[in-house]
Amino acid sequence: MHIVVFVKQVPGTDNVKMDPETGVMIRTGKDVIINPLDENALTEAIKIKNSRSDVSVTAISMGPPSAERALKEAIAMGADAGILVSGREFGGSDTIATGKALAAAVRKAGEVDLIICGERATDGETGQTAVMVANYLDIPGETYVSAIDVKDSSVVIKRTVERGFEMVEVPFPVLVSVNKDINEIGMPTLKGKLRAKTVALNIYDADGLGIDRAEVGLNGSPTRVVKVFSPKLSRDTIMKKADGTAKPVEELLSFLIFKECI
Amino acid sequence: MSAEIKASAKQERDLAQSNGVFVLGEQKDGQLLPVTFELIARGRLLADDLGCKLSCVLLGAQIQDIEQVFQRGADHALFIQDEALQNFLPRPYQKAIAKLLEEEKPEVVIAAATTTGRTVMPLVAAKLNTGLTADCTSLTIDADTRLLLQTRPAIGGNIMATIKTPHHRPQMATVRPRSCKPLPLDCSRTGEVIVKKYENDTFLTTEKFLEFITDTTQTVSIEDAEIIVSGGKGMKNGEGFKMVEQLAELLGAGVGATRDAVELGWTTYPHQIGLSGKTVAPKLYIALGLSGKIAHLAGMQTSEVIIAVNKDPEAQIFKVADFAIVGDVFEIVPMMIEAIKQHKAKARQETCAG
Repeated sequence: MHIVVFVKQVPGTDNVKMDPETGVMIRTGKDVIINPLDENALTEAIKIKNSRSDVSVTAISMGPPSAERALKEAIAMGADAGILVSGREFGGSDTIATGKALAAAVRKAGEVDLIICGERATDGETGQTAVMVANYLDIPGETYVSAIDVKDSSVVIKRTVERGFEMVEVPFPVLVSVNKDINEIGMPTLKGKLRAKTVALNIYDADGLGIDRAEVGLNGSPTRVVKVFSPKLSRDTIMKKADGTAKPVEELLSFLIFKECI
Repeated sequence: MSAEIKASAKQERDLAQSNGVFVLGEQKDGQLLPVTFELIARGRLLADDLGCKLSCVLLGAQIQDIEQVFQRGADHALFIQDEALQNFLPRPYQKAIAKLLEEEKPEVVIAAATTTGRTVMPLVAAKLNTGLTADCTSLTIDADTRLLLQTRPAIGGNIMATIKTPHHRPQMATVRPRSCKPLPLDCSRTGEVIVKKYENDTFLTTEKFLEFITDTTQTVSIEDAEIIVSGGKGMKNGEGFKMVEQLAELLGAGVGATRDAVELGWTTYPHQIGLSGKTVAPKLYIALGLSGKIAHLAGMQTSEVIIAVNKDPEAQIFKVADFAIVGDVFEIVPMMIEAIKQHKAKARQETCAG
């Protein structure tokens, strides 16, 4: 059984720096982490691997050359192989273009039974790319998964949806995107760390993947960012400063009564 | 891949023929869900700006009181009816919607950023090779180009980005549930229900729906709460966060939290409000010790009345607040609890006296 996991490098803090001229995020390569939900996905793949004798796990990342580090971390956590999709031609890819590139990378990984990914990344927060990959591979894509039960030739998954859970069974091959309820994120092992030092990653650009350059990057992206701005928020705020007396709270209470809130 | 390039060229030719605004309504067990009417309210504005018709797309086996979509502002209902669509499964929904959109060629398609919308829309967008913007907070029509301007919080919610889909159709976006109010009911409005029946193979899939299990662990569902009391990092620790729960209990309110508070383990994920949690719009939202990152504001700024307590006078939460107290939550909140207790006691007395 072959499992593929997507790992994305994202900024490690909430305080992302923006280029004030272009509005483009400044990716310095420093202070980056693996997207936390991708670590959940990886942990789940390793868990399945440890519960059976026939499982291999391939981690795939798309990003700048420094994203190699994310793949090494994935191997340290227990993945067997890593594929990096990297090249300037991928710059500016939206979810459609990224989905096509990742689907092509999965084809490079060979026969795949199960693809596990994080439901969304903390930087873009679109949650669109994973299921788009499923479309391009022409396999079912299941989202918001909080439990995976691996059977002989299928998975039974639990989807966390509004006001409850849906149980769905899907035969292989299938893609699932997971939320943070699925597991506690695992840790790298010493053995894994040593392996990570020696394992050679497969690195592909668009030509290596056999994708037309017009299909990726800005050229292959139907959407365009036309404006980036700091949000304007405004209400006519009544501001009171705490002064050690009960007055501000009394005024607040009068306000709530006036607004018929309490 | 060359087939996709051809498909994209074909789409560009189709631009001129695109027509109408579609919203993707949602139903559960045959009942229309409220988010359907919110989408219709959004879609109505866009259709009026474009001077075109507004259609509500519905999928299911049976749907009751379908005429509600007209009373809430839609011109047509396009109902893809099949037993296979009773429960949501990504593939049959994807194929049915993609087929409909290829036939009808709408200009704009809006869906809810629910687990259903956020699953099926990317699948449909990929199948039709068109653009899709997730979680929009604002949708408008550009007067010059007549393009849909899709605005969403980006990069952890620190900034807003406006996105367009210039050369592909339809232009597609999802919007958060409860981010806008339905139009008032207009009983005089009527419209035409067009039932679409597709061949069985449209709905073929290897996916098998087993069962739906209702979540019974959440006592007060924050999506339905009239009042929400929310806490952030300013509550300092799990012990401090209990004050949020205490005030909530007193008010019969739901408990909300920022991502930070959830990640610190002070409460659980179902309470998380914001871009990566839930969107709420209660009558009263009380924000305690939270600074108001855009990601959080995206999940609560349409609340009717917003109260905020924070010691930082520059805290962003104050910009969306109706009433703000600059001060220490550990000093102010106990006073609030006391004042509300007294108010309730007094109110009770008056009722008894009356």
